[in-house]
Amino acid sequence: MRHVALTVNGTRHELDLEPRELLVYVLRERLGLTGTNVGCDTSSCGACTVLLGGESVKSCTLLGVQADGAEITTIEGLAGDGELHPVQRAFHENHALQCGFCTPGMVMAAVSLIEHGEATDEAAIRLGLEGNLCRCTGYHNIVLAVQQAAGVMERAS
Amino acid sequence: MSATEEKTAYVGSPVKRREDQTLLTGRGTYVDNMAPVGTLSMVVVRSPYAHARVKSISLDAARTADGVVAVFSAADLQDDWKAAMPCAWPVTEDMKNPPHYPLTDVARYQGDGVAVVLADTRAHAKDAAELVEVDWEPLDAVVDVATALEDGTPLAHPDLGTNECYVWRLDTDATGQAIDEAEVVVTRRYYQPRLIPNAIEPRAVLAVPGAAGEVTLYAATQIPHILRLLVAATLGMSEAKLRVVAPDVGGGFGSKLDVYAEDLLAVALARRLGRPVKWTEERSENYVATIHGRDFVTEYTLAATKDGTITHCRAKVTAAMGAYLQLVTPGIPLLGAWIYAGPYAIPNYSVEFTGVFTNTTPTDAYRGAGRPEATYVIERTMDALAEELGMDRVELRRKNFIKEFPATIGSGLTIDSGDYVASLDKLLEHLDLDALRTEQAKRRENGGPRQLGIGFSTYNEMCGLAPSRILGAIRYAAGGWEQATIRYLPTGSVQVITGTSPHGQGHETSWAQIVADQLGCDIDAVEVLHGDTSVSHAGLDTYGSRSLPVGGVALCYAADKVIDKARQIVAHQLEVSADDLDYANGTFTVKGSPDKEMTVAAAAWAAFAAHDLPDGMEPGLEATATYDPPNFSWPGGAHAAVVEVDTETGDARLVRYVAIDDVGTVVNPLIVDGQVHGGITQGISTALYEEGTYDETGSLLTANLVTYLVPSAAELPSFELDRTESRSPTNPLGVKGVGETGTIAAAPAVINAVLDAVSHLGVKDIQMPATPERVWRAIQEAKA
Repeated sequence: MRHVALTVNGTRHELDLEPRELLVYVLRERLGLTGTNVGCDTSSCGACTVLLGGESVKSCTLLGVQADGAEITTIEGLAGDGELHPVQRAFHENHALQCGFCTPGMVMAAVSLIEHGEATDEAAIRLGLEGNLCRCTGYHNIVLAVQQAAGVMERAS
Repeated sequence: MSATEEKTAYVGSPVKRREDQTLLTGRGTYVDNMAPVGTLSMVVVRSPYAHARVKSISLDAARTADGVVAVFSAADLQDDWKAAMPCAWPVTEDMKNPPHYPLTDVARYQGDGVAVVLADTRAHAKDAAELVEVDWEPLDAVVDVATALEDGTPLAHPDLGTNECYVWRLDTDATGQAIDEAEVVVTRRYYQPRLIPNAIEPRAVLAVPGAAGEVTLYAATQIPHILRLLVAATLGMSEAKLRVVAPDVGGGFGSKLDVYAEDLLAVALARRLGRPVKWTEERSENYVATIHGRDFVTEYTLAATKDGTITHCRAKVTAAMGAYLQLVTPGIPLLGAWIYAGPYAIPNYSVEFTGVFTNTTPTDAYRGAGRPEATYVIERTMDALAEELGMDRVELRRKNFIKEFPATIGSGLTIDSGDYVASLDKLLEHLDLDALRTEQAKRRENGGPRQLGIGFSTYNEMCGLAPSRILGAIRYAAGGWEQATIRYLPTGSVQVITGTSPHGQGHETSWAQIVADQLGCDIDAVEVLHGDTSVSHAGLDTYGSRSLPVGGVALCYAADKVIDKARQIVAHQLEVSADDLDYANGTFTVKGSPDKEMTVAAAAWAAFAAHDLPDGMEPGLEATATYDPPNFSWPGGAHAAVVEVDTETGDARLVRYVAIDDVGTVVNPLIVDGQVHGGITQGISTALYEEGTYDETGSLLTANLVTYLVPSAAELPSFELDRTESRSPTNPLGVKGVGETGTIAAAPAVINAVLDAVSHLGVKDIQMPATPERVWRAIQEAKA
């Protein structure tokens, strides 16, 4: 067991972790943050994407112990004071989700892409979301949602 | 001003989904998110071989590992099963259906389960599963569907003496003219690759036992009602003791339309051990343990007169069943059996399906199920016939379209409505074909590496499963009806209970739109409940684009009953005859006295209070309707793909995709477009990216998301959609199914476009998926 401290969605947690525990299972099973989903075992689908120190990471590719000392934001921490984040709102308005299973990861990847100023046009958004798979939407409405959210966030900043 | 003019209809409006808030904030209720106290984690030990006998199995080391509560082999549990795993569709009287149990001591495909481990945590269960020692005797395997019936091929089930499962035929001989005597005959042979569904949520089940023998099964399933029936029957338990809940379900596409070994194991072991049992599939496990789709070899023939009038179609299909028959495995080809003439008026009709066993993961329904397989061979062969006749591909289609509806087609069914010409005309408006042809000619002349191709697919399909009598006639075990209940609560809010079971389709929103219109109430007053057999007592669930044309229509009939009862109450309270009441948008008015009125909501309160109801009337305002559709649902349309092919690398990229679909009345255009986007994507992906392949021993080579290409946003363009609208006269809403249209239409449009891009180089055929290697090789072979 290794003793680690994580700050998740603004709350500090001290945990004793087995070295082999993946970050995604720490979030889901230790902290009860089940919004982050597991869709594969090859780091291909991106359903488990979270922000770690502001960078989007696939939480199935990191061990919990590697996140010692890190600040993590999951889908549960995105909306503030009951207000949806602009990316969440844009997903709703553009029907950019169907079954919703890839959605938390897709939203977190989109937030990162926009915050890094990389959601500049359709081609850049499509390339930027390459690591996140959706089987329902064909991505059409996801791209529209990210374009809309990028505009909103740019105007706000 | 009438009430009709006061209120805007919800049906037809792009109402944003009420499902989204939960899913967008990470509060979805997917099965793996649940963990009642004391839950045991289940792991299945699977065969690494496609065909092998368990000579011996040792569970001792696993049983004594940390955290392990129990380990079972096939022999340990054999008495738990009162029946083999269910196949609900014995398509012929003599169909072979070798029994299949949740665990086995002879593995017939890679991934067949041989033991099960239960432990306190997922990690402990996985660790212990690695300690199960199996001494295997590998046996010869049959893998290839095309050669499975040849002499000397290994047998998937040696006891049967053959790999043949069944032969099923449908023939008409409308004109008496033999196909070979036609003026022009074109025959082509196609292989449709095995597809792996890949819902992003893998399967998961959680069985929670109660104290009195009852079990609640939470399952990532499309079919909670069917699952309850068949799990109870297979385990010999009372259906009344089993509650199945489908909470939020992360996509299905047919892969969660089944009764799986893990469903049965979880329930049996939860009862045996008296503790909750949870199993969550890993993605790599999903590749072998969840059903696959397609894997058809088809020889397809079209015959025509020299002027391009098509007289005959004939399909001879060899379809892989995989190692065993799952829920509807043998029926998948039949779901396309009546549409092998497509949207064309072809009098002479012949199809023959041969189902064969191979030592591979069982096949079953994957989006479109039988109909993409039909449409693909029709639309590829239409292009080939046009070339043979020297006719324009679009004009050949137009000339042969069914033009009058209702239309009784060569296969014997009746298409209720459609307008294929209108869809094609609209497609051509959007496409600007002349400009594309000019650009294509320019590029061909320049001889550069980036060549342009345009491909068409005009299609129809039959969905909305299905009229129960027809299902009975084709030997399906159950019916195709759907049930809906509408219940007024005392305050005027409305509970809707549906037997459909959405997993991304947005029924909570669309069903509220339909009911709010019928009852003339605010949409926010309507709550839609589904996916729990203790709430929705009867239903036949969600698949085959049936939810709206069957389940959505049931809502209308339930609403009619509610309104009829309300009418009696209002007539009694206003002291008029029921015949003297007009009803519109939730309000009854008295004919000739428009100031005298009463709402349905007020009638609901009166029905609750029950102080003054007509003599003999029961209190309460609710009604249940069970709707059995009189016909299938018949969407259709016209799609076109524009691709750019790099002739130096073989890379084919979509430049544009234009889809005109006719799905009758549209309840929610946002949701309908979303279904079409997703459907098209799976069709495009079939054409360009996805193929499940085995080596000759039956080991799956494309066994994860690294080696099996599920496309990302980067591989795809945005889509151009439009609609034509031929209301279905079969139901009062005029609706048709939409869930599978895109997948049915898209693959041939894309392959026809790829071929069009390289036809001037002499390429005549490219097998799906048209990977860069296949396209490049086809170009090199044509050059040689």
